[in-house]
Amino acid sequence: MPEFVLTVARFGFLILLWIFVFTVVGVIRRDLFAGVRSKSIVASPRGVGGAVPEGRPAAKAKRGKAARQLVVTAGNLAGTRITLGEAPITIGRAEDSTLVITDDFASARHARLVPRDGQWFVEDVGSTNGTYLDRGKVSGLTPVPLGVPIRIGRTSLELRP
Amino acid sequence: MARIPGMKTQRNAELGLLAFAMVLVAAYGATVEAARIGEITATFWVPAALLSVLFLGLHAVVRYTAPYADPVIIPAVALINGLGVGFLRRLDIGDALSEKQPIPGIFSGIGGRQLAWTLISLILAAVLLLVVRDHKVVSRYAYTLGLTGIVLVMIPAVLPGSISEVNGAKLWVRIGSFSIQPGEFAKLALVSFFAYYLVRKREVLSLASRRVLGIDLPRGRDLGPVVTVWLLSLLVLVFEKDLGTALLYFGLFVVTLYVATERASWLIIGLLLFFGGVYVAYLLGDTVGGPFANFYDRAEVWLDPFSSANYNREFGSSYQLVQGLLSLGTGGLFGSGPGAGLPRFVPEVQNDFIFAGIGEEIGLFGLSALLVLYLLIVERGLRSALAVRDSFGKLVAGGLSFTLGLQIFVILGGITGLIPLTGQTTPFLSAGGSSLMANWLLIAMLLRISNAARGPAAGGAGGDRAGGGPKKAPAQLHGAMTEVIKP
Repeated sequence: MPEFVLTVARFGFLILLWIFVFTVVGVIRRDLFAGVRSKSIVASPRGVGGAVPEGRPAAKAKRGKAARQLVVTAGNLAGTRITLGEAPITIGRAEDSTLVITDDFASARHARLVPRDGQWFVEDVGSTNGTYLDRGKVSGLTPVPLGVPIRIGRTSLELRP
Repeated sequence: MARIPGMKTQRNAELGLLAFAMVLVAAYGATVEAARIGEITATFWVPAALLSVLFLGLHAVVRYTAPYADPVIIPAVALINGLGVGFLRRLDIGDALSEKQPIPGIFSGIGGRQLAWTLISLILAAVLLLVVRDHKVVSRYAYTLGLTGIVLVMIPAVLPGSISEVNGAKLWVRIGSFSIQPGEFAKLALVSFFAYYLVRKREVLSLASRRVLGIDLPRGRDLGPVVTVWLLSLLVLVFEKDLGTALLYFGLFVVTLYVATERASWLIIGLLLFFGGVYVAYLLGDTVGGPFANFYDRAEVWLDPFSSANYNREFGSSYQLVQGLLSLGTGGLFGSGPGAGLPRFVPEVQNDFIFAGIGEEIGLFGLSALLVLYLLIVERGLRSALAVRDSFGKLVAGGLSFTLGLQIFVILGGITGLIPLTGQTTPFLSAGGSSLMANWLLIAMLLRISNAARGPAAGGAGGDRAGGGPKKAPAQLHGAMTEVIKP
């Protein structure tokens, strides 16, 4: 084998190796940016999450401003955001809840948020310590205005536009 | 699991990357033959083609059983594994040429054996993916796995040295020419057990504490398990004479503890305990000798490998370490080219020192590419741990990826003289079945968890349930206890 061919092969291999590394990084990068809209610890399920940018909530502009996000403002999960869709959101300690809160004062299945014609309603689903909307205890379906805290144990949640 | 249209699985990206990786393996084989034999034989592509078939098989299984799994884990591991096979075949060719023998066949020698081990490992990984459809199921067997893990760790220690001792470290079980390293499999079992244990105890461990000097110290009685594992790993150090394995188990536990409780104090306590223990073992090796002597020798060799006293030692000489360092130094920035180095000067170049052998030929430039690949694999594992929605999965994925990273650190640190040398294998690269099988099982588990992390949420969201598939109630690790507060 001529020396020239060996040199080309040797450096060609190294370059290919690095191209492979960068291709891998490229795939990961796309993957990272795809999930950047929902920075939640609790990945949002399909139809609720920001992973589907085109599937924005259809219910909007009925009362001027519609809720687009559920934000945890206090508690262990503070900072978590869930982009709202049309699906109800279950909250509790059970691992199959939409928002799994690790709060000592929350029940396994604590509360539920459901949309009706663009308005979100909160409902307690038989929790031990109750769900509070601002100061009042929630019983039955209660409409949730924007920016009013829903309190579950030590956790507070708010709807944001 | 049913596929949902519109949700990205990225399986095609994985297939493309896999093809690229196999092209690289074939290119490596061709370069080796050109440099070593002087011509490219008609069969240079056969190992790469065989590996491609094997990895395609695994890819198909993943497509079917874990469609949302991370797309870059398999290609990155496949490339490292393929380069390992290629390097071992390069050693076979080199040995045959120096003994004036004909070029060995694809399936002979250590290269051929590694090919066979790869086949077995991939079958095991595929079986794991097929059997364990939900990683939470593993938590049901946590205590069994924990016991299995401890037994596996202990086996070599209690067996007589003639069966279990290789180069001063008692880590093997040798039956005839066949040898396995049970500790490699113990890692997997222990991670699952630690994860289960800590999911149940995390609240106690992270809430009850006293604050001293700005760090949160846990209560004395909560220290029990960490002290137990510390003692266990020191026993491993003393009776199996292997610092790397001890460091691996202990680091694994401490990091899982840290991930579970989010307390830096555990890391500080762990590091202090470990370094304290190791230092005492070093002092005991100097004064008392006995079971500590081996570790003392290794530490001495590490502190000054180039001294003539250490180099000319009859047992535990620094010869291997020095040859490895010289190999890496000869390779320099760009290496001597695949197939153009002299790896046989380094003892055990097919096992522990494979990084030195490969490093001589692909240089710092190539080695750093391999290291970045390892880093990416670990990063993908940790990413899955962040994204998965159950605590057990988080701890298992975090623990497994950390173990992989720590093992690479331990062996690489040993070869480059950063820490005392210990007989760990380089994951996916070194010759040997146990390591390859155990690490592929680890990868299969990571794929399973990343599938759960990246896939659609299984149920819970009410009306807009994601896709079909059976909806079993997931295992409730916490139970559903609620404290009552009187208004």
